Amino acid sequence: MELLLVSLLNGLVYGMLLFMLASGLTLIFSMMGVLNFAHASIYMLGAYFAYDVSRHLGFWPALVLAPALCGLLGALIEMHGLRRVHRNGHIAELLFTFGLAFIIEKAVQMIWGLLPVPYRVPAALDRTLFHVYGTNFPAYRGFMLLVSALMFLAIWLMLTRTRMGLVIQAALTHPEMVGALGHNVPRVFTTVFAGGCALAGLAGVIGGNYLVTEPSMAFTMGPIVFVVVVFGGLGSLAGCFIASLIMGFVQTFAVVLEYSLADALAAVGIKITASTPLAELLTIPLPRIGALLPFVMLIVILLFRPRGLMGTRDT
Amino acid sequence: MNETLAHPGTRPVATAGLAGFLQRHGAWILALAVALVLPWLFYDWSRARHSGFVVAMLSQMSMMAIFALSYNMQMGQAGLLSFGHAVFFGLGGYCTAHVLNAVKEGTFWLPTELVPLAGGLGGLAFAMVFGYVATKQRATAFAMITLGIGELVTACALMFKTFFGGEGGVSTNRMIGTSLFGLGYGPGIQVYYLIVAWTVIAIALMHLLTRTPLGRMANACRDNYERAQFVGYDPSMVRFVQFTLSGFFAGIAGALYALTYEIVTFDAVAGAMSANALLMTYIGGVGVFAGPVVGAVLITLLQSWVSLLSNSWLVYVGLLFILMVTFAPGGIAGLIAMHDPIWRSKRLGRLAVPYARVLVPGLIAVAGFVLLVELCSFLTIGAAQGKSFKLSGLTIDPQRPGAWLVGGALLALGGLGLWREGRGFRAVWESLMEEIKAAGRA
Amino acid sequence: MSDAAIRLSDVHKSFGPTPIIMGVSLDIAPGERHAIIGPNGAGKTTLFNLISGRLPVTRGRIELYGQSIDGLPAHRINRLGLSRSFQITSIFPRMTVFENIRCGLLWSMGYRYAFWRLLGRERRLNDAAERLLADVNLESRRNLPAGLLSYAEQRALEIGITIAGGARTILLDEPTAGMSRSEANHAVALIRRVTEGKTLVMVEHDMSVVFDLADVVTVLVYGRIIASGPPAAIRANRAVRDAYLGAVAS
Repeated sequence: MELLLVSLLNGLVYGMLLFMLASGLTLIFSMMGVLNFAHASIYMLGAYFAYDVSRHLGFWPALVLAPALCGLLGALIEMHGLRRVHRNGHIAELLFTFGLAFIIEKAVQMIWGLLPVPYRVPAALDRTLFHVYGTNFPAYRGFMLLVSALMFLAIWLMLTRTRMGLVIQAALTHPEMVGALGHNVPRVFTTVFAGGCALAGLAGVIGGNYLVTEPSMAFTMGPIVFVVVVFGGLGSLAGCFIASLIMGFVQTFAVVLEYSLADALAAVGIKITASTPLAELLTIPLPRIGALLPFVMLIVILLFRPRGLMGTRDT
Repeated sequence: MNETLAHPGTRPVATAGLAGFLQRHGAWILALAVALVLPWLFYDWSRARHSGFVVAMLSQMSMMAIFALSYNMQMGQAGLLSFGHAVFFGLGGYCTAHVLNAVKEGTFWLPTELVPLAGGLGGLAFAMVFGYVATKQRATAFAMITLGIGELVTACALMFKTFFGGEGGVSTNRMIGTSLFGLGYGPGIQVYYLIVAWTVIAIALMHLLTRTPLGRMANACRDNYERAQFVGYDPSMVRFVQFTLSGFFAGIAGALYALTYEIVTFDAVAGAMSANALLMTYIGGVGVFAGPVVGAVLITLLQSWVSLLSNSWLVYVGLLFILMVTFAPGGIAGLIAMHDPIWRSKRLGRLAVPYARVLVPGLIAVAGFVLLVELCSFLTIGAAQGKSFKLSGLTIDPQRPGAWLVGGALLALGGLGLWREGRGFRAVWESLMEEIKAAGRA
Repeated sequence: MSDAAIRLSDVHKSFGPTPIIMGVSLDIAPGERHAIIGPNGAGKTTLFNLISGRLPVTRGRIELYGQSIDGLPAHRINRLGLSRSFQITSIFPRMTVFENIRCGLLWSMGYRYAFWRLLGRERRLNDAAERLLADVNLESRRNLPAGLLSYAEQRALEIGITIAGGARTILLDEPTAGMSRSEANHAVALIRRVTEGKTLVMVEHDMSVVFDLADVVTVLVYGRIIASGPPAAIRANRAVRDAYLGAVAS
């Protein structure tokens, strides 16, 4: 019971962090048809910017400055890079963002070095919020939940209550139509792209000290975020939210459940020995194949429901 | 300047017979001759030894050429963007390693010369399995699912010991003593010539494939998915067959990898290796058959030489890639092919001066950029590794502003010059093309 | 009465809640030259898309020579002998004109997914492609990438690819759209020549083309057929005049 509750909480925290990343990516992908490979790289930059800013000015300024910097960077990338490449087609855009992700990783290695940087939780939040069955629930995780919930609320309000938000909603499912109706689609695109990047940056600020801040974090986090986006489905933020939580729970529970397929089979009376074919596959415990699970999910969803959970369009 | 249509048939039909053959394939024959002779140019006569470095680099170039060409069967010819091509390369390698070990133990017999076929068949088999799932999808979903498959296989390669050997990989020994020519394949040079032979075979087969119904329909599906349906073809089936054949050749490249390095680890299936295929193919040029070969040679060269001098060679490759995506989607081969009409109308000489005028500021800008990148790299990575920045005897201190200012100035000046001369170059180019078009109409 | 080349039986098509085609029933006889006309947004191209399998029907049946084809994937319908051209030119832009035509021939000449035969050696195939090329008057453009052709030439190429497979039933979607008078006349002569003996269904806005080529004209307005018959009768039909042709009908 204790394990369940703690894992649920941790899964929730991780899921919300994923949602912060995946929501920006879904918005960009649904509207512009571009799968921004560099999205997780912006997340990484957010963490690194926060590290640098918090060293000189403190954590709270970093919370504002780092996402702002990321948003600015996103706007620049969209206006001067993506827009040019857009002419050459979808594949060129994909390649462009891929190249960008590549370069950002190398640049980060060059500027901050190859090793993880000591980006830590601020002292003010480095204590216990409450106890759950004897385990401490750190205040910082509560803070993360708070930030992600607030951000979710802010996005929802913006999308449903503001004019820009309505245009974005429309463009999510019918981008060409929105342009035909006379809205300044390029400006909407730049705004969404910059906004998505700012979100990713924010995720980096609060996630970088929760997880590790190192140059490979983009390429470790990136594929998982893609899976979430595809799983949730194009054109649907609600689907993205659900998918993020599912992924958060799956990855958290996988680490704590020390069971394997062989255990499941034993429960129904089938015994696996060392000489059974595929024994290695069947006896491997769940925590060890945790890294596999997101991709198994991706393949399964693309096989059986290519639109994702709640997608309104085909990828 | 973004015309990337390669015209395979715009030349008038060439002469027949041997003369015709030489005319059409002259460049390839020359390349083969160079490949065969090159190791001897670096032969150490005093010690009767080949340069291990050169032979290794040339071997790498050849196997990467096959790998990149197989990737282009998907990207350039079928319009499929895959982020997991290394899966077939690596799995082909793993299969080969197991086959070599099995032959050594005496489980069955296979001549060493035919071992790459085992890798090819392994690549083919896995490509059929994964391809069945992947090729049902359109564009972006296809890219995603190949990414997912790549990550999946990489994770499995790290986890499972039976087939993949876990983190340590699978070691093997290529001296299995079953050569048809009685060779031991101990020395690198012997393996190199085996690799060259297989490279010739693979390139020839892949080239012939482009002229088959499947090859042409793959192009058609790339150009216009819907139209292909309305000439009676199921585009996902066309893609499936093309995908599996591409996996076959990737597997051959993987087999050569296993033979050369005698160990296969998760690196061979990992994302970095897939990225390698993508970079080589794209930079070389997807619209021309030989493009990926150019890319493979170039990237391997950079990898072998520049990586000795600098930690940041990947930054240069990445930047080159992005510049190509933005300004020259046809790659290097595409850029060369753009000169074709100018060359044939014998106006190429007119570009000599414009090129020189662009090259000078260009080189200055590059020098400045490289200086800044290296300074940055030495400041962090180099310092951690205890290396210092030495340039032809001079030690440069990245902590002092001097070198930074020089680098910045070079970049700025070179950049400005490039901008101006670039506009002039474009004007000359466009007027030349106009001239040629007008002459063609006359 | 399964002697109709194409039979539509109470076909309905809605995009979400929006109905586009509302109960269309139509018989097209073999060998007939049938034009479908109507104002923009009437659903003519949608009808084509339904017949050729590009879109699934919401309700109703479509039969080709008595065989049900609604719900079949596009390439299967094509293999059953129905071929179409598109409103927006749909060719293979990066391949040469000759290759374009040759691709149109491959399946019908039995090549399937063969990767063991070299196209250059296939005499019958290449001869057939040359003949087709001559039919559509594009011999001089043989080796040019199709994307570089002029608009009218591309439309001619499209017609060439459409008939290459030897389909018995040809659907042409606005074949003369965007052409000048003389280009349109050439196109009409070409269409008449190459669809000799086949069933032709076309969507057209150019009335002179319609009245020149068609044996039967069907008028589609807001997803329903309001009239169907010989051109003269349609011209005289009052409802058609009100809805579409206007007072001037020459």
